Amino acid sequence: MAGLGTRIGVDPVVLRIGFVIGAILSGGLLLLAYVVAWAALPAEGQASGAAMRYRLPKVRSDWRVATGVGLLVLSILLAFRELGIWWSDALVWPLVLAAFGAALLWGHFRPQETSGEAAPRAWAAGDPATAGADHATTEDGRAQARARIADLYRGVFGVLFVIGAGLLFLSSNDFLGGLRDAALTSVVVVVAVGLILAPFLWRLGRNLATERAERVRSEERAEVAAHLHDSVLQTLTLMQKRADDPREVAALARKQERELRDWLAGGDRRASEGNFAAALRSAAEKIEDDHRVAVEVVVVGDAPLDERAEAALGAAREALLNAAKHAAEPGPIRVYAEIGPDAIEVFVRDHGAGFDLGTVPADRRGVRESIIGRMVRAGGRAEVRAVPDGGTEVGITIARTASSTGGER
Amino acid sequence: MNSPLPTVVIVDDHALLRSGVRSELEGMVEVRGEAETVEEAVGVILREKPDVVLLDVHMPGGGGVEVIRQVARDRPAQQFLALSVSDAAEDVIAVIRAGARGYVTKSISGEDLAAAIGRIRDGDAVFSPRLAGFVLDAFKGEIPEAEADPELDQLTLREREVLRLIARGYLYKEIALRLDISPKTVEAHVSAVLRKLQLSNRHELSRWAADRRLVE
Repeated sequence: MAGLGTRIGVDPVVLRIGFVIGAILSGGLLLLAYVVAWAALPAEGQASGAAMRYRLPKVRSDWRVATGVGLLVLSILLAFRELGIWWSDALVWPLVLAAFGAALLWGHFRPQETSGEAAPRAWAAGDPATAGADHATTEDGRAQARARIADLYRGVFGVLFVIGAGLLFLSSNDFLGGLRDAALTSVVVVVAVGLILAPFLWRLGRNLATERAERVRSEERAEVAAHLHDSVLQTLTLMQKRADDPREVAALARKQERELRDWLAGGDRRASEGNFAAALRSAAEKIEDDHRVAVEVVVVGDAPLDERAEAALGAAREALLNAAKHAAEPGPIRVYAEIGPDAIEVFVRDHGAGFDLGTVPADRRGVRESIIGRMVRAGGRAEVRAVPDGGTEVGITIARTASSTGGER
Repeated sequence: MNSPLPTVVIVDDHALLRSGVRSELEGMVEVRGEAETVEEAVGVILREKPDVVLLDVHMPGGGGVEVIRQVARDRPAQQFLALSVSDAAEDVIAVIRAGARGYVTKSISGEDLAAAIGRIRDGDAVFSPRLAGFVLDAFKGEIPEAEADPELDQLTLREREVLRLIARGYLYKEIALRLDISPKTVEAHVSAVLRKLQLSNRHELSRWAADRRLVE
């Protein structure tokens, strides 16, 4: 009652008192007027923000509204009976049932504000199947299907309640008599028609679903085609033009391979953007592109890119750059990073001729300053060592602070 | 490798790739046959009984995993080396758990591939740096004592060290030098890790093995 009162913008207490008095005076006519008013009023009051807000959850819980209406009618009728007015059981129960069913049906056919512009069309068509198809283009298909089934159930129950109420009323008033056979006949006819129509309706729903799936598929195909055209085809054309420059061709192929893998992986990497692993990979990719070298990156674990991780990343980038400039052949340059609970370790290894840190001229301070110096300042360390079999490895280690332990899985 | 050249069967559904691999391996292994479908592969392998099968992971009709499964019924000792363009964890772990002794990507050089084949023939395992990374990742987290089978679900400190060096791009002999152990010991560690990889019930492994997205 309170909900209904708020709905039409009147204090529920006032409404209730007024309604009871009115009903007594008019001998029940107001009851009918009320039901009609309840159904009609919300549609007119759509502009009102308050009404909207209250109606949204109500429409979704048709069952609750229906029960409320049923109980409301029951209470009113019982109240009248207490007062000795001419209601009998033969009228009370059918009316309650009918009110319940009618409320269900009204909730069922009322447009749903949440589905935006599709709703008015569905409402105008008055056909649940059409309504479902309209929403489906804008909403998630499965949730839509479930909502549609729930809708259907509500509709069927509503119809059954109303019919049942009518029959109950007729039979309990002995109006039925000879009509009973006719009523039975009509019930049979209704059931038969339902059985006949059911497969058609089902098929209609199926066709709509198939059509929708087909549309989604062709859209996907178009998207894939567009992607391949912009990326792979372009690269292949470029490679043909540059066929005389093997290094350039290899670099192009590598870059395209990377992009295609990323795309196939479906944006897993974008999700972890801003983390150490992703940042290290993109640093390696940039050096691959800029210097036409091959870099293989293996990362174990991940961590947010805090100040310490940033330092390790910067040093790793310098080490990579150094390897790319001086020791790219024979490739590939390997990067291995392990992010443990306590420390971040990065190793950059090449197979080049190698160099002795002690013999590096003082003016070429690149390695000493940009890698070792940077790590020491940040509280970590870095060392450059020759690998027995040839090549150089730069090892970078830094402890993770307590604040940066969140990334460990 | 002073013994005669290893015999090999190449299984891949791309003819271009088969001939590429074949020419790269020229003189280093003896290619006994090629196959491009699962069915054909099982037939050729059982007929030729090669030392090592070079196996593509992605193939119509179940992929490399299916070939291993069918061959294992009649020839359980057959050695497989998986060869793939994909380095996604799902693919790698699935084929290793099916029974492959190693995994390399198709970008590997002919020489390295021949060396890997030789090692597989000798009963060792072949780990690419990336596979080592996957394994370290999978065995990284602690698992509750009660559920853990220490024999299978944990790596020893030494195994971890070896895997880490593999991930850093070290060859077995470099690892041996670095850790001051013999190359044979390195191989034993790697084989032990492979066994754990194939038998462990660690969640990450079974998940990777289960949702392998093999493109058919």
